Amino acid sequence: MSSEGSDVDFYYDDDDEMIVDDDEGSAISEDDMDGIDTYRDDYAAQPSSSKRKIYEVEFDTLPQEAVEGLIRKDVEYISSILGVETDAASLLLRHMNWNKEKLIERYMEDSAAQSAKAGIAPVEPPPAQIPPSSSRSSSSRSVKTSSAPKRVTRRTTAESALKAKALLTPEPSVEPESFLCPICCDDSQPKTLSLVCDHKFCADCWVHHLKNKIRVEGDYSIKCMASGCTLIATDSFVTSTLAEEPESVERYKELIVRSFVAANKALKFCPYPSCTYTVSCPNAATKSALTQMVPTVHCATESHKFCFGCPIESDHRPVICGVAKMWLKKCEDDSETANWIKSNTKECSKCQSTIEKNGGCNHMTCRKCKYEFCWVCMGPWSEHGTTWYSCNRFDEASGIEARDAQARSRASLERYLHYYNRWANHEQSAKLSADMYAKTEKKMEEMQITSNLSWIEVQFAKKAADELFKCRMTLKWTYAMAYYLQKDNEKEIFEANQSDLEQAVESLTELLESPIEAEDIPVLRQKMTDKTVYVQKRSEIMLEDTAKGFLENRWRWNVNVDGFEPATVLAD
Amino acid sequence: MASISSRRLSKELKELNTECPAGIKLVEASNFDKWILGIEVLGDSLYKGESFLLKFTFDPGYPISAPAVQFVVDSEHEAPLHPHVYSNGHICASILGDAWSPVLSVSAVCITLQSMLASCKKKERPEGNDRYVRFAPENPKKTKFLYDDDTV
Repeated sequence: MSSEGSDVDFYYDDDDEMIVDDDEGSAISEDDMDGIDTYRDDYAAQPSSSKRKIYEVEFDTLPQEAVEGLIRKDVEYISSILGVETDAASLLLRHMNWNKEKLIERYMEDSAAQSAKAGIAPVEPPPAQIPPSSSRSSSSRSVKTSSAPKRVTRRTTAESALKAKALLTPEPSVEPESFLCPICCDDSQPKTLSLVCDHKFCADCWVHHLKNKIRVEGDYSIKCMASGCTLIATDSFVTSTLAEEPESVERYKELIVRSFVAANKALKFCPYPSCTYTVSCPNAATKSALTQMVPTVHCATESHKFCFGCPIESDHRPVICGVAKMWLKKCEDDSETANWIKSNTKECSKCQSTIEKNGGCNHMTCRKCKYEFCWVCMGPWSEHGTTWYSCNRFDEASGIEARDAQARSRASLERYLHYYNRWANHEQSAKLSADMYAKTEKKMEEMQITSNLSWIEVQFAKKAADELFKCRMTLKWTYAMAYYLQKDNEKEIFEANQSDLEQAVESLTELLESPIEAEDIPVLRQKMTDKTVYVQKRSEIMLEDTAKGFLENRWRWNVNVDGFEPATVLAD
Repeated sequence: MASISSRRLSKELKELNTECPAGIKLVEASNFDKWILGIEVLGDSLYKGESFLLKFTFDPGYPISAPAVQFVVDSEHEAPLHPHVYSNGHICASILGDAWSPVLSVSAVCITLQSMLASCKKKERPEGNDRYVRFAPENPKKTKFLYDDDTV
């Protein structure tokens, strides 16, 4: 696929073909834009231009018709290169899973075999007397000269493929003598249809067959009904036969579009239910590109936000897909269990098995290694003698040593929990803030009615709440990233940015949660607006610097991450 | 649709009544929903002397959609011991699924199954029979078979 070559163009090349500006989209819908210019002026930090930021990826949303246009373009291209009709080109492309280069190569090698495989021409033993090269040239000639023969009796493979094409369009033929359809056993049907194989069936049966395949089986490569016949119904055959069934034709087109999108790495179907938009993001089409950016995209419906690179979460910026996935997997495995282990168990100081003490005295015998130790000081039991069952030996050297070992093994768990708790906390806070804001909003509305404030003047809290939600999500993922970052200067900077953003977010939250009185609104509005701008700035810095770091290959991990150099220092 | 299926089935019934393929006999066909046919393998084969019953269930979409076909398994009948036939009577044959074509008919299915039995070289149940039978849906058409062996 040609778009795969875009490995090397990073996404910061600055052509302004498309517009991604999440900052605006989430807060204000396009329709509202006109009346609220004054409101927007409050947010000077927010660039009003549609210029793409470094942490945003270039993408385009395509309605179904646009994808159909892309398909048409490919079909026409193949049709002109191979000298076949568009219907045949379309079948050939589908057969090759829309891979143009492969198709051209294979078709040049053996056009007859490919035509047969693609279901354009009937499978026949290749005639020995015609060498492939001459059959090819004759085939391209016959394309231009073929004058739609009604019935092909004796065909040679290559020629049949091409003469056949003239027959691909179904022409209802009126049978002179009475025709008994072998499927419905009705001899009163006036219309019969057939593909180039000339297996005739009545038009009604064809309609039922196509409908059944498309609607019930979700199939778009529909074979001739004759047993063992490998011919596939062409697009024009399907659309003209189903002329009275527009819904089935729509579904047929959608099935083709879906297969085209699935075969093209630069395209993705919007994952939201019953959405028919496709997002095109050539820059995120390769695996290596995903180690350098987080392709957060949305379709024409702006709330349909999703990550082009993974199904993990709609927006997991700033951390890349691979690391986000690793983190979630760890959380699934570890978090709850880890919490319990931490509060309820200790490790055997000899074999490090995890032990839960659910009763009994302090004289522990490890079930696994039979080591006897004291639960209180973790030192060997032998030093406790046999008489006393309460431990006062906490400072003994051997006990200290044992506790040290235990501390080390706990440290990595503690470290994980540090990041996990913050990660989970931001998610939780984001939800709480959203709930809290719903209440504030109600209050604001009431205030708007009772006081002389305009609608615009009470919108500042909404902007703040939206910004907070976004930043909490970003912060959440910064903890996932920080967990895996190797300890170095870069990480220090990362954590400094993280902490700045976190402080800004917390103080804005506080402001948002403070009680609102009508007379304070002008002051509060100014304060909150300023704070929101500051939070925006911090978030911008966080996202930008992280994105830059990926492009500059600045981040080092403490685990091995696909597409990065192996980790030199492993996590403790 | 219903009229197509009944018209087509009445024609097939007429043909079966006048001329049944060798080794196949019509046991019960009193309606257009369910037919029972007897099938035995003629000539030399591992199934010499055995006879089986096949149950055809037609939905109104027949013959556009394939009939549900299975061997009858009850107190008197068993499914043939064959690598493509499960002990509950379900048959893994492509012509009953993917390769079904509306031009095929009840007798064509019987003949195909006859030859499937005739060409069998080793009487055994399919791999994973027990597991399949335990969880199999009642209607064999609801099972997605993978047709991987064209030889038997």
